[in-house]
Order: sequence, then C-alpha cells, then structure tokens
Amino acid sequence: MNSQVSLSASRRLKRRYRAEKRFKAYCIGALLLALAFLVLFFSDMIRQGHSAFVQTEIQAEVTYNKDTVKFTQESVDEDIAPLISRAVFRAIPRRVENNPGLMGTTQTVWLVANSDVDQYRKGHNDRLGSQDLATLKRLQANGDVAYGFNDGLFFSGDSKIPSNAGLWSAFVGTFYVMLVVLAISFPIGVATAIYLEEFAPDNRFTQAIEININNLAAVPSILFGLLGLAIFINFFGVPRSSAMAGGLTLSLMTLPVIIISTRAALRAVPQSIRQGAQAVGASRWQAVRDHVLPLSLPGILTGTIIGVAQAMGETAPLLLIGMIAYIPEAPTSMTDAATVLPAQIFTWAGMPERAYVSLTAAAILVLLSMLILLNATAVVLRNRFERRW
Amino acid sequence: MDTSQTLLLFFGGLVPMAAVAFVLGRRKALVADSRGQRLHSLPAQYGVYVATWMALPAIAIGVVAAGAALLGLRVPPAPLVLSFALLGAAVACVLALRRVEPSLRARNAIERFVYWSLFIASLISIFTTFGIILSILFEALKFFDKVSVWEFVTGTQWSPVATFRPGQEAADSQFGSVPLFAGTFMITGIAMLVAIPVGVLSAVYMSEYASYRVRTIAKPLLEILAGIPTVVYGFFAAITISPLVVEVASVFGLHASYTNALAPGLVMGIMIIPFISSLSDDVINSIPDSLREGAYALGATQSETIKQIVLPAAFPGIMAASLLGISRALGETMIVVMAAGLRPNLTWNPLEDMTTVTVRIVDGLTGDQSFDSPETLAAFALGLVLFGVTLTLNLISIIVIRKFRQSYE
Repeated sequence: MNSQVSLSASRRLKRRYRAEKRFKAYCIGALLLALAFLVLFFSDMIRQGHSAFVQTEIQAEVTYNKDTVKFTQESVDEDIAPLISRAVFRAIPRRVENNPGLMGTTQTVWLVANSDVDQYRKGHNDRLGSQDLATLKRLQANGDVAYGFNDGLFFSGDSKIPSNAGLWSAFVGTFYVMLVVLAISFPIGVATAIYLEEFAPDNRFTQAIEININNLAAVPSILFGLLGLAIFINFFGVPRSSAMAGGLTLSLMTLPVIIISTRAALRAVPQSIRQGAQAVGASRWQAVRDHVLPLSLPGILTGTIIGVAQAMGETAPLLLIGMIAYIPEAPTSMTDAATVLPAQIFTWAGMPERAYVSLTAAAILVLLSMLILLNATAVVLRNRFERRW
Repeated sequence: MDTSQTLLLFFGGLVPMAAVAFVLGRRKALVADSRGQRLHSLPAQYGVYVATWMALPAIAIGVVAAGAALLGLRVPPAPLVLSFALLGAAVACVLALRRVEPSLRARNAIERFVYWSLFIASLISIFTTFGIILSILFEALKFFDKVSVWEFVTGTQWSPVATFRPGQEAADSQFGSVPLFAGTFMITGIAMLVAIPVGVLSAVYMSEYASYRVRTIAKPLLEILAGIPTVVYGFFAAITISPLVVEVASVFGLHASYTNALAPGLVMGIMIIPFISSLSDDVINSIPDSLREGAYALGATQSETIKQIVLPAAFPGIMAASLLGISRALGETMIVVMAAGLRPNLTWNPLEDMTTVTVRIVDGLTGDQSFDSPETLAAFALGLVLFGVTLTLNLISIIVIRKFRQSYE
C-alpha cells in the first residue's frame, strides 16, 4: 500500500517535472521565434538590397561634337548606346557646357549602364535583347564592364530612371522635417512635462491631461494625418506636401513620446535635490531650472532622440498630407514640396520595374542604419551620463 | 510681404528690444542697489521682468491679427500689424520700467509667468485631441448628410463611384462599411494570434527564467522589432511574406491571392510582439516575490507558480497590454496599404484579399477626387469610427494599468 502511494506520487512528480520542462521550452521557443523573425527580416533586407549599392558601368568612347550634343545617343557606338543609362545621355549637354574644352574631343570613360544590363548582371535576366546581350558579352570579354559604387543612390534625387534614382532629396526633406519636429515638440514637450511633474496641482484636470497624453501616444498615426490635412493644410493654409506641413503633423505625434520620457527623467531626480535648493532660498522655478533640469538632461535628450527616430520612420500621416510626390530636386525651403525617406521607400516600393525592388531594399537599409545609429546614440548617452541615485 | 518675412521682421524687432529692456530693467535695479536700497529680487530678475512685460503685448497683437486673418474676418496689412506690435512693445516697456523699484516682487512675477507658460504648453496636448476630433467630425457629419448612419454601419457593399468635379453626385455609390471592418478585424485577429502568445511567453521567459545576461541582450533585440518603421514592414510583407504564403498554400492545394490577408496579419503580429512583451514584462516584474515564495513553499514547481499565481495576478496588466496591441493593429496603415488588397471583400478565408478601414482612408484621400466627393468624406467617417474604437480601447487599458500599478505599490 505504502509503496503504491509513493509510486503514484513519484509518477505524478515526474509528470509535473515534464510539464515544467515543457512550459519552459514554450517560453524559450517564443523568444527564439521572435528573434528568428528579426534575423529573417534583416537577412532578407540585406539579400534584397545589397546589390543596389553597386551598379554596372561600361567603359566606352564618348565623342563630343555639335551633333552629339543635340543627338546625344550618337555620342557612343551605336551598338553600345542601348546598354547605357538614359541619364548619362541627358547629362552630356550640361557636361559640355561646364567644360567647353571637351568639344570636338573623344574620351574613354566609364558610363553607367541602364537597369536592364544591371539587372542581367545581378542575375535577374528579363528584358535584354539578344543583340544587346551579344554586345554585352563582347564588352565583358574585353574587360570593359565592371561594378562601381552607386554614389547616385546617396547623392542624386528621385528619378523615373532606376539607374539614376537616389535618396538625396529624401535626405534633405527628412532633415527639414526633423528640424521642424525638434523645434516644436522639444520645447513644448519638456515644458508640459515640467508642468505636470513639478508644478501641477493633483486634481482632476491634471489627471485628464495625463490620461489624454497617454491616449495620444496610442492614437493611430493615420488620424494625425487627418488632423494635418484638415487643420494645418485646409485651415491654416500651410502648403501641401511641404516639409512644414509634415513637420507640424509629426511634431504632434512626437510630443507625447517626449513628454512621457521627460517626466520619467524628472521623476528620477530625488526630492532632496529640490528641497536642498529651496532650503537655501531658491524659488520653485529656480530649483527646477538650476538643479532638476541639468540633472535630468541626459534622460530628456535620450527620450527626445528616441521620439525623433520614431518620427523619422513614420509614413502613414505623411501620405495624407501629400508627401508622396515625385521630388527629383531637393527642396530648398520649408514650404517647398518635399519627400522624406520612408515616403521615398513607399514610392519606390510601388514602382513596377524590377530594379526598384533592390533600390527600395537599399533605401530601407539606409533608413534602418540611420535609426539604429540614432538609437545607439540614445543608449550611449543614457549609459554614460545618467546618474543613479 | 509673405509670412516668413513678416515673422522675421517681427522677431528681428522684438529680440533686440527685449535685450534692451532687460539691460534697462537690470540697470535701474542696480542703481537702486548701489544707493543702499534693499532689493526684493536679484537685479537680473528685474531685467527679465521688464523684457517679459515688453514682449507680451506685442505677441498678443500678433496672435490676434493672425487669428483674424485665419478666421477670414479681415486680413490686416502686415506693416500695420508690425508697427502696432512694436509700438505696443515700446509703450509696455516704458510702463514696466516705471514700475521697477526695490519693493517690486519681480521674482514672484517671473514665477507666475513661468507657471502659466508651462500650463499653456501642457494644454497643447489637449488641443491636439480636440483638433483630431474636430477635424474628423465636421467632414464625417457632411458624409452622414449624404449617407445614412444605418446604411454605413450595416451595409455589406462598399462601392463608391469616383466623382472628380465638386457638386457631381454619384448616385450609385454604396457605403456599407461591414466588409471593411471584417477585413480590419480579420487582419487584427491574425496579428493578435501571433503577438499575444509569443509576446506573453517571451515576457514570462525574460522575467521568470532568464539570467541577467540573457535579459540584457534579448530585451533590446526585441525592442528593435518595435523600432522598425511600418513602411519597412509593409515592404517585407508584400515582397517576401505574401509570395511565401501563396507558395505554402499551393503546397496544400489551396489558392491564395497575392494580396491575401494572412501576410499583413502575420507581419503586423511580429511588429506588435515587443509592445506586448515589454508591457507584460513590466507587469510581471511588479508582482511581489512574496506571492511566488508562498507558492514555492507549498511545493509548486516554477511553471505551476507562473501559471497559477503569477499570470492570474498579472492578468489585468496583460489584458491591458493586449488591448493596446489591438488598438495599434486596428490603426496600422502602412503594412495593409502595401500588402493587403483594395477590394472590399466579406469572407472568412484569410487567403483571399481583403481591405481594411485604414486602406480605404488612404485611398480616399490620396486620389485626385474633389474634396467634397462622398468617397473623400467617407474617409473621414471611417476615421471617426477608428478614433472612437481605438480611444475606447486605449482608455480602458490606460485606466487598468494605472489601477494595477497602484494596487501593488
């Protein structure tokens, strides 16, 4: 009898231990699954995007004379011309204008190939004709075809010609938009946080503001786009698709992020600091300005950088205020039509040509590295300067 | 004179004047000080006092003029406003300067000014909420003038006929939003099926099992998932996951559309994992150890403790986290715009293409239709419903989390 009990007890115990192991395995499995998604995602983006950082170039003789400046296709051999990017030909008149000495000469230079050739060399053969293919093979045998760094990806604006399309105008647009976001959401966000944390009486109205801020942080971003459209553009008359309109809209989205993190940073400063300042005669505002704010500055800056990084990746509200326009030239003021990096990614993702897929993935890699850089800065800032009390 | 020029002149005039006012105010205080009179505040505070009083009327005049122009009452000529504002500033400066004397409580005045400035700044977030509500409400009401609420809520056909000219009526348009909400809930449901189990279980692992080192590495890695922009997820869903779903479905002999609802749902789930896991992690960490120790003392294993003590205690918090996740999935736009379909489709099959509320909002507002066309207005009506639903979910979870924090503090 006794041994029976202990037998069933030990069996039960074994079962319970098995359940224990199983449950732990589920938990580890869940975490590993999430991390596997991360690995899959990054390897997929790198696989798709890495090839767009280089592009095919062809070495050929370019003749500059009166005819070829007008009929630019004739400046190179007629069998090579179909392999060269249209953007190269388009640039010839300007090149001669800038350097009149070229007129009447023939130069051997590396020219950017068009996207059909480029895609063929990168293993996505689809649209290259047999004659062009033969020319390409011949050039390849002579060593006249090579990969060069695709500096156009960083330094030229958007284009309908894939081999000429770049992110420059999106960089400039992003810079302007972020400038507006910082100029508006940082001061207002910090001021709101100081009010709520240091000055506000604990009453219903203050609680309403707090709940309202928490709710704003979770309102779908597209609704901020509706606000931007109806209020900033239709009511205040801010120009559509301008960096100003985008920046104002994104500021309102960034505001709650900055408020919440600034409040946490202010709360981390111990009461004794405030009491010490007030004990030697400082007013409330003086204590905050001279003691609490400097001590919480690393935390505030960290939160601000994270908020800006979030705003930098936001697209949905910008679609509604027209920031998906085709912008080949970088904007020169806050009220010019502009585009930003994520909007450029969206536009390229919708392009039908195969070449834009890898361009999109490359743009994504650029955007992600910028965001990772920003967030890493925030983490370093926090780890180096944050004081623990 | 355009706006930026006016602003430039305005501040270009005001800033030097404020500097002068500061110097004058401080000098008057210093002179009194050197005569041996006892000052109530620091000399610089008298300077700030005068500068602030000088700037306020000018800014007020500027704001009133801008408001009048915006509301369309009257557009005052910019030079007139400028000269009035700067003149007002000068007068106010003289008046404030005359009030400066040793007994003036400049510091208290600054304190009050700072308080009210901070208070006004904190109102901006309230204005934002009202701005969202107002901007949606007016257009949505115009829409409900044309289409009855009942038809909008219960209709199963969404087929707007495009109108390009203002005033042109589209008689055959139908605005039944049920298929849009079906698509939204389908995709949200799929996302939650991924995000809740994975998010909660990995939170349990990180807070209950993992060593400190694993925690410090795994947590930031998970946070990266939350930091990836949604447009990037959308591209990932459309280019990689959708074809994968189609391929896997055809292995099982099923037909899947390239804009199926499954792919955006899955990717959205991945995106939401870190929201749920980090909130659940906080919640589980705030459960006091005494509860766990009590369970261990009764002979429970670790998993039994987690399943029977920790998770039930953390349930309100985990539920609040899930509600926030649902609210985020309902309002998510880029993933569905890029990977889900445009065709309103009432179906139970996630392999078919479905469209969502947010897709139709973007579609209605990015086209070349006139602003008062029913389809454009319908976007605002959909936005109103979206706002209402997410607001409810957010408020419930915010209040639950607040209550939960208080109960264990």
